[in-house]
Amino acid sequence: MCSTCGCSDGAETRLTLFPGAHDASHSHDANQHGDHHHDHSYDGHEHHHDHEHPHEHPASRTLQLEQDILAKNNHLAEHNRGWLEGREIVAFNLMSSPGAGKTSLLERTIRELGAEIPICVIEGDQETTLDAERIGATGCPAVQINTGSGCHLDAAMLADALKRLNPRAGSVLMIENVGNLVCPALFDLGENARVVIVSITEGEDKPLKYPNMFRAADLMLLNKVDLLPYVPFNVDRCIGYARQVNPALRVLQLSVLKGDGMDAWYSYLRERPAVRDGTVF
Amino acid sequence: MHELAITESIVESVEDHVRGAKVLRVVLVIGKLSGVVPDSVRACFDVCTEGTVMEGALLDIEETPGRARCRDCAAQVDLADTIALCPCGSANLALLSGQELKIRSVEVV
Repeated sequence: MCSTCGCSDGAETRLTLFPGAHDASHSHDANQHGDHHHDHSYDGHEHHHDHEHPHEHPASRTLQLEQDILAKNNHLAEHNRGWLEGREIVAFNLMSSPGAGKTSLLERTIRELGAEIPICVIEGDQETTLDAERIGATGCPAVQINTGSGCHLDAAMLADALKRLNPRAGSVLMIENVGNLVCPALFDLGENARVVIVSITEGEDKPLKYPNMFRAADLMLLNKVDLLPYVPFNVDRCIGYARQVNPALRVLQLSVLKGDGMDAWYSYLRERPAVRDGTVF
Repeated sequence: MHELAITESIVESVEDHVRGAKVLRVVLVIGKLSGVVPDSVRACFDVCTEGTVMEGALLDIEETPGRARCRDCAAQVDLADTIALCPCGSANLALLSGQELKIRSVEVV
């Protein structure tokens, strides 16, 4: 674990399967990702430095890598994307700050749309299986990923969870990311679309404070609009801020609690957005 | 704080490439709009490289500025952060640079 930021190295990630799903961890070789080696050229000629070294290393040479730091995650995400596409599964990566209503949105969506569209859920939280238990109680297959002190899901975690969940062909996969408007923005999982949820009790300036998240998103859901009469929140201003960061962002307003605007969300899910490329921004 | 995961990816990638050679220096490119904080990567670097072929290596980080092209007036503008407007008033900008997150090179012995 990092002594500076407290994040984990992933060693403590845990998976828990919930009712309705059967353990398929024995199958799916398609998701066994081998190490991915890139070719690189060794720079054999003599190398001069324009700086001082505190130590001697006469035979040193420089390898030009020019490699994307997230290459490994992106490679795994492409595997996930292909795996999902091959089964005609549409995956949504739901991201928000803690408490914006991700799990409640899923509960209501499963209740109202589950009979029409098969839905399964991958839940990401640092600790506890509470969210997957809530989803499991609806009868929907769910897997809980606990990231320990990790602050986001990555493509490798999703690959493991897919093996456990084994979602059926043609279903909709909801991935509830760790509640956090910062880190999840950077990690492609292989999803079709990224959905960011903002609740109006959080304040209208969230898109400006966390621009990377809103730039990475395809759809913004403004939740808890039933509370608009009681809190100082300017909807137009919030949407304006969000589009300043991401002009192509789609926006829907809804209240998961009261049901306002849910039909538009269901229409969006029925559209089955095409597979996006892996570009996060 | 995702910089720990980022730094771990760097260590993994470099280890894959150098195949056991001792690493003296790592050069990274981190764009100003990448969402990654160079100082946090520096802070994680020593922890992540401990016990690896990269232990004790120097870390150089090149920070690249943000640049975008306005989709409305076609001008190119410099961006200090991801929230920016073209002088023409448009927010409809296509990023050209500043999102880089790369391992440029490693020096090995």
